[in-house]
Amino acid sequence: MSADAHALETSTGLDSRKLAIWTFIGSECLFFASLISNYLVQKPRSLVGPLAHEAWTDPATGKVFEPIIEIPLVTVGTALLLFSSLFIVLALNGAQKGNRQQLIGWLGATLLCGMFFVGMQVYEFTHFVHKGLTLQRNLFGASFFVLTGFHGTHVTIGVIWLFTMFVLALRGQLPPKRAVNLEIAALYWHFVDVVWIIIFPVVYLIK
Amino acid sequence: MDAHPTAHEHEHAHPTPGTYAKIGVFLFVLTALEVGLYEGTYGEHAGSFGASLQPFFVPLLLALSAIKFALVAMYYMHLKNDSKLFSGVFVFPIIIAAVIIVGLIVLQTYHWAFASTGG
Repeated sequence: MSADAHALETSTGLDSRKLAIWTFIGSECLFFASLISNYLVQKPRSLVGPLAHEAWTDPATGKVFEPIIEIPLVTVGTALLLFSSLFIVLALNGAQKGNRQQLIGWLGATLLCGMFFVGMQVYEFTHFVHKGLTLQRNLFGASFFVLTGFHGTHVTIGVIWLFTMFVLALRGQLPPKRAVNLEIAALYWHFVDVVWIIIFPVVYLIK
Repeated sequence: MDAHPTAHEHEHAHPTPGTYAKIGVFLFVLTALEVGLYEGTYGEHAGSFGASLQPFFVPLLLALSAIKFALVAMYYMHLKNDSKLFSGVFVFPIIIAAVIIVGLIVLQTYHWAFASTGG
């Protein structure tokens, strides 16, 4: 616990900022639960393709739409997002110990993983649109883009947040007594990771 | 006398970088297992063994995801060592979330079953 936190006397004895981020994360669980439910309910009700895992032939034109989901790229993105969670706890460990090199190195690695994930998702969305899947095309497209798009937005916000932490670390403004600031950002980052741990099998693997 | 514990009293020793790394490798292995399970069950080269796995595919996948979720929450998010209040603030909405997901799926399944039979 940082020296800053010791200075804050609260009725619970806990750091209010950490309690606030946990409360926020709790509310976000309900937000993503509604989006995941929506995806599971709407996905099988698509009347036209392209579909997630099955080919679909347009009866009017005879055009064949291949299955839209491609596992290899998203698996790499998933692995990098998981590793980014490891990297940020190592960065936090460095911040708490006052090891600036460890902090900057692992925080930089976390940022790179986060940026790759966002890039992967932008590529995937563009690719899907070129294959005929749009937000308006069918219920699968609508629920898929809303769910993964909101998650991607959360990752993007996390990347921006971590970038500000990275700049602070470079300037030497993230000493051990302020490590709780990075801990809060790290909790948010881990949350977007655990949400993806659910989304990855539900959207990409389960037929 | 202060009846409330201080922030320091709630804080326990966090895992070491070595423990974090081991968990990271284990998470990667679990992800590889998930994808391997998919390829083995529904992939292009899935054989008769893959077909026999199909009834267990979803439960196995959900179990692997639950293990990954728990590991990240307990060790990386420090819930194992941090105040139980944080665990409560996180776990209670997850229970509600699970009820929402299951409830909506059941509701929609029955709704469409009745709609398709004209009931």
